[in-house]
Amino acid sequence: MATKNYAFYPGCSSQKGASASNYLTSVESMCKTLDISLTEIPDWNCCGASIGYGEAGELPRHVLNARNFALAETNLPGQDIVATCAACWLGAKESKERIEHSSQLMADTQEALKEAGLQIKVMPEIRHMAEVLVEDFGFDELGKHVKNPLQGLKFAGYVGCQTNRPFGIAGENFENPMYLDKIIETMGGEAVPYDQKVTCCGGALAFSEPDKAQAQIKDIIEAAYDGGAEMIVTPCPLCQANVEIYQGHINKKYNTKFNIPVLYYSQLMTIAYGGSSRDAGLDGQVIRAAKLEAIAK
Amino acid sequence: MSANQQMAAKYKNSFLKEVEDQVEMGEWVKMCMQCGVCSGSCPTNFHPGWEHPPQEIFMMIRAGKRDEVLTSPSMWMCTSCYNCIVRCPRKLPITHIMHGLANYAHRLGVAPKDQPTRAFSKLFWNNAIATGRVNELKLSIGMYFKNAEGKLDIVGGIKKGMAMQGVALGLLKAKRLNPFELFGGHTCKDQKGIAAMLKKAKELEDQRKPLSQSGASR
Repeated sequence: MATKNYAFYPGCSSQKGASASNYLTSVESMCKTLDISLTEIPDWNCCGASIGYGEAGELPRHVLNARNFALAETNLPGQDIVATCAACWLGAKESKERIEHSSQLMADTQEALKEAGLQIKVMPEIRHMAEVLVEDFGFDELGKHVKNPLQGLKFAGYVGCQTNRPFGIAGENFENPMYLDKIIETMGGEAVPYDQKVTCCGGALAFSEPDKAQAQIKDIIEAAYDGGAEMIVTPCPLCQANVEIYQGHINKKYNTKFNIPVLYYSQLMTIAYGGSSRDAGLDGQVIRAAKLEAIAK
Repeated sequence: MSANQQMAAKYKNSFLKEVEDQVEMGEWVKMCMQCGVCSGSCPTNFHPGWEHPPQEIFMMIRAGKRDEVLTSPSMWMCTSCYNCIVRCPRKLPITHIMHGLANYAHRLGVAPKDQPTRAFSKLFWNNAIATGRVNELKLSIGMYFKNAEGKLDIVGGIKKGMAMQGVALGLLKAKRLNPFELFGGHTCKDQKGIAAMLKKAKELEDQRKPLSQSGASR
């Protein structure tokens, strides 16, 4: 297969020293194997996330995303924008849909963009990395590169919300999406039955309403254990952080003994593709994934 | 009378109309058939503090209960999980209506002052647009050193900071929290352009929304 080129939108959390920096490490390794070339959108900005709405309102939110569209389209013409963060993908896709749907919003957006010397001529497509894997490669192709199958390892595929709703991956069911389980199995691992697969981790409320969010996170982790999982896997940086880093607090509050690693699909894929723990960013886990590190090359 | 008060007086007996004109996706409120699937699908519905589930909010809007709706903390309970949207049999964009109502109440200045998600939203947006990219360290510190009303709270901050110590140390060790972000961190280059663009966007939004006669934004 020829090299596939995308305009890359890494998002704030993927930057060096930020909360999902190990996600980016593993994505870069995974893309090397798959011959995916990611070119960062020059000077990209934050999407506003799913919490900015309260202060931002409507147009400023869309304009913020539109700046990235204009930068991508000007500098990387013809390339789809690919986001690795679920919220970046959702925020950008939502803004694209709204702007395209309303001539007034489009006109206002262009007027605001002009202030930054930008304009949108062609609206780029906006895709999540999981979509790229499923649609542009497919499970058979993804499986061809496996050198170190994750045999005997049990994962709970935690899809969460924002790669699944409201847009989702084409052909998937909102209540029981299968793409993540299929990625786990394509890599040679076992996807355990998991009844909290699409439960919300609390999102930004993990900051503002920690008790409420942690009650949800508790259910998400408990169900992973119930299914027999040794690790949780997710496509979303906020899901990853929320489910991983508050386990100590939850243990104190609920008298549980949770200590389960929470990984990204790209980390599994990097290890299965023969990469090292470092290539997969496993040194970035707060709860170390010892069993995955043990089989890494 | 302030501009907001004049606005409110005009809409006095027509809150539904006001919501349709002023709230993002507000024109959908009349489509709700009160089935309650949204409420049963909401992950925060089962926690205390959830006064009115979405279908109740929609009925209250139609019944003209302006103050009860706009001062309610309910909309701020939204985690943006989008479960209500995908399950609504009438395809109402419920998540966006909740966000829109929250934003409208915030703009009018009538949203509950001690609502922590309101404070966090403000903090997040201002953090993001300050340089174009989120500074996670300043965001967390900002969150912990402010009380629920968004005012500086040193004692509370130290308490919360202590409680979060384990989490922070874990992230530091994993190189997912950078103490030097406090002195700069990741930024966009064209901050001037971003500021000018957002200023214009805000101007246009203010023109289209609070000061418009009706529905001019759509």
